[in-house]
Amino acid sequence: MSVPRFWREIPYRYRLIGSYCENCKETFFPPREICPKCRRAGNIKNIKLEEEGEIFSYTVIRTAPPEFNTQTPYVVALIKLKNGPLILSQVTDCDVEDIEIGKKVRMVFRKISEDGEAGIINYGYKFVLAE
Amino acid sequence: MRKVAVIGVGMTKFGELWNSSLRSLTIEAGIKALNDAGIGGEEVDAIYTGCMSGDMFVKQGHIASLIADYGGMLPVPSTRVEAACASGGLALRQGFMAIASGMADIVVVGGVEKMTDSLGSQTTGYLALAADQEWEAFNGATFPSLYALMARRHMHEYGTTEEQLGLVAVKNHHNGSLNPNAHFQFDVSLEKVMNSSLVADPLRLFHCSPVSDGAACVILASEEKAKELSEDPVWIIGSGQASAAIGLYDREDICTIDSTVNAARTAYKMAGVTPKDIDFAEVHDCFTINEIISSEDLGFFKKGEGGKAVEEGLTSLDGEIPINPSGGLKAKGHPVGATGVAQAVEAVIQLRGKAGKRQVKDAEIGLTHNIGGSGGTAVIHIFSR
Repeated sequence: MSVPRFWREIPYRYRLIGSYCENCKETFFPPREICPKCRRAGNIKNIKLEEEGEIFSYTVIRTAPPEFNTQTPYVVALIKLKNGPLILSQVTDCDVEDIEIGKKVRMVFRKISEDGEAGIINYGYKFVLAE
Repeated sequence: MRKVAVIGVGMTKFGELWNSSLRSLTIEAGIKALNDAGIGGEEVDAIYTGCMSGDMFVKQGHIASLIADYGGMLPVPSTRVEAACASGGLALRQGFMAIASGMADIVVVGGVEKMTDSLGSQTTGYLALAADQEWEAFNGATFPSLYALMARRHMHEYGTTEEQLGLVAVKNHHNGSLNPNAHFQFDVSLEKVMNSSLVADPLRLFHCSPVSDGAACVILASEEKAKELSEDPVWIIGSGQASAAIGLYDREDICTIDSTVNAARTAYKMAGVTPKDIDFAEVHDCFTINEIISSEDLGFFKKGEGGKAVEEGLTSLDGEIPINPSGGLKAKGHPVGATGVAQAVEAVIQLRGKAGKRQVKDAEIGLTHNIGGSGGTAVIHIFSR
């Protein structure tokens, strides 16, 4: 991944900044320019999302592309954020057996992947079990 | 709108075809279809070809020109169509529209993918191109993992079981064992499926379609041309396409694929039929959970009852609504760009009554269902004798 491609997403990846439509009172993540509900761009604002949520669905990845190969097995989940949207993220620092639908999780800041030996290191959000 | 007929079909064997290239596969399927229709290249008005990623798999772009050139059809206008794994179905829809609109009288619709020239580890990444790169793949999601998330939730909400996921594979392998063009022409036991290695829990290797090479081709004609050239035309009586969120994170319900629901509504309406009128369906079983979800979304079963339907044999060759008589993506193989066109090839062979041991009895109306990515695109066609 080129540096700018990662760089321009930093606010969203580091701090969970999403979009809020003032017409529809709906929150979206990742950010959008147009609200998919009212289909208007007029009233979209940035919003800081809650860093807590619960597991909506999950899987344990055993076969991964090269940049994630050293991390297998790892958990990828859809997480329902408190008062907010679904977000796809890894759940880390856990025993794979402990993951269940409905378990509470909170956001942490982690290394996501590295782009070979000479490429950049990508950072962003992951989640851990909150209980 | 003009009526559209299929007057010729052809496909290569699907599988690990080390001796064939992207272009040779496409041309092989094309020659078979043109011969089946009994026409030559000079009669063709347009070419549409579905190909997901020749760019990545074999580093070949500009596929439209390549195919017109090596197909001996210059200067016929040629268009490459891409919508991930729905590329083939979408190419068929472009061809359908070209004839229905009156812009063309005879159209060649092809689909191709040459996948085994790249390394397995790279292939996983190339297939993930169909997902949202920045907000799914960036975080480590692979393509099977997205369907695994749907499967886990479907199991949670409706009690769908791992055995039911496995029985889809058992059924489709059996159908594939009767199809001489299938990638896998052997039966598997439920035990073998359940003991295969985990790819992304709860999905195991035998819940996943394989990486295949292959091409398929159909020749479309206007009513006038079809009556002049063909003794047994098969009519495309309905066509539907719809889009849904590219990522799972923006779906209201991950146990249903909205694009399928919407495309089906359009196609059923155009054809003037209901799900009960369909005699068999080729359904996009890239992962076995998708056959279960889609059989519900297409209206064959109530939401949540797709797993039970497989268990009860309702979708078997001799069942109420046979699904994937060809073996489906699971056993026939899944060269992604070819899949949607190969589904149409199977529909036509079944409706002609020429499917041999896998023939669906008294088949009059068939449906094909082709999905791109995790459901961002769905294309559905309905065929009739």
